[in-house]
Amino acid sequence: MTFKDFIQIEGRRAFLRDCAGGLGTIALAHLLGVEGRSAETPRQRDSPLAPKAPPLAAKAKNVIFLFMAGAPSQLDLFDPKPELQKWHGKPLPPSMTKDLKLAFIKPTAAIMASPRQFKPYGQCGMEISDYLPQTATCADDMCLVRSMYSDAFNHHPGQSLLMSGSPLSGRPTFGSWLTYGLGSESQDLPGFVVLSSGGGASAGSNNWSSGFLPSTYQGVPFRSNGEPILYLSNPKGVSAATQRASLDALRDVNEHHFKNVGNVEIASRVAAYELAFRMQTSAPELLDFSKESPATLDLYGVNQETTRPYATNCLLARRLVERGVRFVMLAHSSWDDHGELNKNLKKNCDKTDQPVAALLKDLKQRGLLDSTLVVWAGEFGRTPMTQLNRPEEIDSAGRDHHPNCFSLWLAGGGIRGGQVIGKNDELGLNIVEDKVHIHDLHATLLRCLGFDHTRLTYRHMGRDFRLTDVAGNVVQRMLA
Amino acid sequence: MRGGSSGPVIQPGKSGESKLIQMVSGAVEGRIMPPAGARLTSNEIGLLRAWIDQGAVWPVTAKVLTAGPSGSTHWSFQPIVRPGVPSVRKSDWARNPIDAFVLAKLESEGIPPSPEADKRKSVRRVSLDLTGLPPTPGEIEEFLADNRADAYERLVDKKLQSPHYGEKWARYWLDLARYADSDGYEKDNQRPHAWRYRHWVIEALNRDMPFDLFTLEQIAGDLLPDSTVDQKVATGFHRNTLTNREGGVNVEQFRFEQVVDRASTVGTVWLGLTVGCAQCHDHKFDPISQKEFYQLFAYFNTADEVNIEAPLPGERGPYLQAFSDYYAKRHKLLSEYHVTERQPEWERKMLDGAEHPGKWTDLDVAFDTVQKMVDHGERILRTPVAKRSRYEQDAITDHLVEWYAQVVGNKVYKELAFKELQKKLYDLKVSFPDLSQAQTISESSESRKTHVAIRGDYRQNGIEVQPGIPAILHAGPSTQQPTRLTLAQWLISPRNPLTARVMVNRFWQELFGQGIVTTPDDFGAQGAKPSHPELLDWLAAEFMDGGWSMKRMHKLIVMSASYRQSANARPDLDSRDPYNVLLARQTPFRLPAELIRDTALSASGLLYEAIGGKSVQPHQPESVSKLAFGNNDWVKWEDSQGRDRYRRGVYIHFQRTMPYPLLMNFDAPDASVASCRRQRSDTPLQALNLLNDPVFLETAQALAERILREAPGTFQSRLDYGFELCLARKADSNESERLLNYFQKQRAILKQEPQASESLFPVDLAGIDRVEAAAWVGVSRVILNLDEFLTRE
Repeated sequence: MTFKDFIQIEGRRAFLRDCAGGLGTIALAHLLGVEGRSAETPRQRDSPLAPKAPPLAAKAKNVIFLFMAGAPSQLDLFDPKPELQKWHGKPLPPSMTKDLKLAFIKPTAAIMASPRQFKPYGQCGMEISDYLPQTATCADDMCLVRSMYSDAFNHHPGQSLLMSGSPLSGRPTFGSWLTYGLGSESQDLPGFVVLSSGGGASAGSNNWSSGFLPSTYQGVPFRSNGEPILYLSNPKGVSAATQRASLDALRDVNEHHFKNVGNVEIASRVAAYELAFRMQTSAPELLDFSKESPATLDLYGVNQETTRPYATNCLLARRLVERGVRFVMLAHSSWDDHGELNKNLKKNCDKTDQPVAALLKDLKQRGLLDSTLVVWAGEFGRTPMTQLNRPEEIDSAGRDHHPNCFSLWLAGGGIRGGQVIGKNDELGLNIVEDKVHIHDLHATLLRCLGFDHTRLTYRHMGRDFRLTDVAGNVVQRMLA
Repeated sequence: MRGGSSGPVIQPGKSGESKLIQMVSGAVEGRIMPPAGARLTSNEIGLLRAWIDQGAVWPVTAKVLTAGPSGSTHWSFQPIVRPGVPSVRKSDWARNPIDAFVLAKLESEGIPPSPEADKRKSVRRVSLDLTGLPPTPGEIEEFLADNRADAYERLVDKKLQSPHYGEKWARYWLDLARYADSDGYEKDNQRPHAWRYRHWVIEALNRDMPFDLFTLEQIAGDLLPDSTVDQKVATGFHRNTLTNREGGVNVEQFRFEQVVDRASTVGTVWLGLTVGCAQCHDHKFDPISQKEFYQLFAYFNTADEVNIEAPLPGERGPYLQAFSDYYAKRHKLLSEYHVTERQPEWERKMLDGAEHPGKWTDLDVAFDTVQKMVDHGERILRTPVAKRSRYEQDAITDHLVEWYAQVVGNKVYKELAFKELQKKLYDLKVSFPDLSQAQTISESSESRKTHVAIRGDYRQNGIEVQPGIPAILHAGPSTQQPTRLTLAQWLISPRNPLTARVMVNRFWQELFGQGIVTTPDDFGAQGAKPSHPELLDWLAAEFMDGGWSMKRMHKLIVMSASYRQSANARPDLDSRDPYNVLLARQTPFRLPAELIRDTALSASGLLYEAIGGKSVQPHQPESVSKLAFGNNDWVKWEDSQGRDRYRRGVYIHFQRTMPYPLLMNFDAPDASVASCRRQRSDTPLQALNLLNDPVFLETAQALAERILREAPGTFQSRLDYGFELCLARKADSNESERLLNYFQKQRAILKQEPQASESLFPVDLAGIDRVEAAAWVGVSRVILNLDEFLTRE
């Protein structure tokens, strides 16, 4: 066996032992074994990111998570509440708000009816706000959930719960769990990519952390300014030829050292350097939109100033998924409109509406929507009460945090589109039917991807952890 | 049995009315326990019924409560008894009792140990393990030339005396202490005083503070009689919990979370137990009840967070000299911008907001912000100005200047030019040589009762509990009023079966790559069993009997023949012991993040060797800071200047939501909970980091310059010097040939690209051709990326 074969076939043994976690590997092997596949020994498997088939039949292979950080107002986008008009400008009677706990304001604050117009779209007649005219044209592909609820009503814990299933930091996020469970199809890009527009989100890097999973599974932020991946470009003075020559020398000296000491991790290191070099080559190609048709660029709005940042990220997301990247998160912030809601909401909708709709249509026309799960979600919702700082600045009205009921939508792989799930009371305070917790959402998404959420586990601190903690039920109605 | 939120599960004598029976028999529609898996058989349910009808007496409870450690047969709960040292056949191999234990096991398996590592490997290993820095060429030469029988011991003693020892061994402890320089959560405010605790750790380790005292001071330094400032600084251990200052957060909820974290962390760090599992319910695998968790919690529930003055030697003089001038200037500014006249009215409004929640929404928000952003903000507002400390008064005034718009609106705020004032106050403050402060805890003046939080929810009070220790372990000192000091004394009691075992296992892990117990975070029923149980107990006994000296233990281990073995792989062990459990060789492992930086800086001569002090912010690309929340003002990354850029990794400012990229790429923990073991992953991002990060290019440039300046003329002698600096050895013929080939190829490429040479080697070096120098940067870059460089063998 040559050193090259060694790198390819066996190089990751030590890696798996130390990083994919001795016990973690066993947990995964156990999972696969239980589902009728033979449990592999670490020695038989190669890279920790090598693609693996999920234990259950799955429609979706990849996820694009449109993360609307800061909590968009469902009352002005997805959940029409005409009844609020009657209460506009008045506080609710205490009997209706006695159990209500809000972040900044008190339950005695005045109600604000939505100034938005809603109308039904598609065959299914889904009601959507006039701020999202493009997204609305995809209604028949969307499964709109109006009855989401969360346990956390502050941003960092809320985002942490949405991404990792726990309001506390330190747990692996969805993308990390998925690349841990499925590996990645891409041989020259990371398996979990994060794209951002707007400002940074509240939870910062906790939103793509691999928590206690090995850092192999952490999200890799692609940056919109400077290099797309940190330290992707050669330093000044180092040409591609020099880089290649350096890596060749590095490989040969490492190989020689391997012959002397026999440390298998050396092979793993060489493989990582080679992957790094391939990333250096393939990332610029990924970012090069010159082969995209003008029609496609127009569809997303890549060349319009308002939509450019988010459109670029949406188009990148499609290109990443085409290249086998498992999980792409597009964070856009901030939707945290405590003030000037009407104005800010329009701005954010104008930036994102067209690109989001374009992404769904483009994925569909390329036959990728069936295997790609698209999620549009913020960490919680907003109150029917207004947060009004000063009466003389009436235009500054905004809404407070509201975890008790909010909306999000799903589309694509494994999801039955053209339906609305859940019903809330007339004021949008509480859910009346079909409550869906974040854990239930996670369980359902994992099911679409071929996992029983109770069996995708990792041993840490003496316990088998999972994305859904100790809860979660698959919402069967969401599934196609 | 007391039940959860839905009441008691058992009515003794009345099985039919007992919830337990209703649940397991499925008497309630749609609710059956267990929720998944096999149901109880009717026979089993019958047994339960009979037991309840007979009065539901729980015999084990009484026994466990009185019997102490003997109540469990689990290995780690048994008292530590020093085992006899086993006899071995190859007795001349053993250098100390450790080796007898290791060898006895190897001989029983019929495996010979590995030969001793050669002197060059030994000096690099000992140097990295004890100080985290590679040996200098001078040290290597000295060690090679020293033919005395105790040459190795002399080397070890020298490294143990080095002030870099404290820096190296502080790192694993700071991982356990979840040390960071910021609050965490959305605001993630910087903690300008956090470093003072790290400084304490490094000093304590360098002085070889015995571990029992090290424990007492960190758990309860404030409660020691006549406690010194330094002893109080030690309690900063508990201040490393996250703080949530996000608007609207419930203050009591996050205080509760912090206390939970303190109790769980003590369980993890000193007991190696996952006591945090019992926050919501009785521990599923270990004999720790939920009540006992809250008894542990109770020790910390009465502690308050307090910042104290903790000046280092030499600070007082300049501080006193500048004091009155600073405050004169500060007060002048505050008066010029009309803060002084507006502050009383603003404070009245804040208190109005506090008194009348819901009356004025803007005041609700403004008051909430004071509570979040100013430590003890409400208490300060309620203290008359004359009675406030200068820190309190400054904090509340600075808050007004930053947040006044909440009360007067953006228009007026702009007219007042408070942003401009804020900048002036900041600049003034930066120039004032203020005393160092430290984050500590101390007992609260208000008494706080502790209840079991039903299902771990702080809003649902169960029964009241007093501070107490888990019954499964040895009894604590009997005292009327147990305090944190009682807890600390209990942790270091010679009867405690866990603390010493857990700690020596950590030492072993640092020096062999993995512990004798491979789950350092879990010595409970779900954890791994020790590979060498007698060795673990012998080490634990030796640790306690040796006065808890950590340096003594480290010396004992590195002096052993087991430690000194070669780390080379052995084909005969490949299938028999792939994970090196039997210790027939040393284990090579990739260096942790900080040490990769340290070795590169040290080898290239850039390292600034100052010990202790404030955190530094080495350059990072702007795109990293851009990802912080809202590009916010609280998270400023100001590149350190001058020599501070080259300080060791342990001093890098840790911003919880935006950590320095090198740290995250190389598996540094995220500082949210105690981390007992670092992952060692191997990713392409690491390769990009080391190849392309300007910081590492700079080390390659400096290394090239150092080689060219310090090593005489030939390629071979220069290469050997570079190898010696980085790998503590000379290049062999194969390596020399390959790198000469690379060097010549580089020279050829660079001759075609004069600008590339300029970029790679921007300085003029007398007598050295620019292209030649640039090609050496290339060679240096290769050496600094070699697996051997990143690995401690």
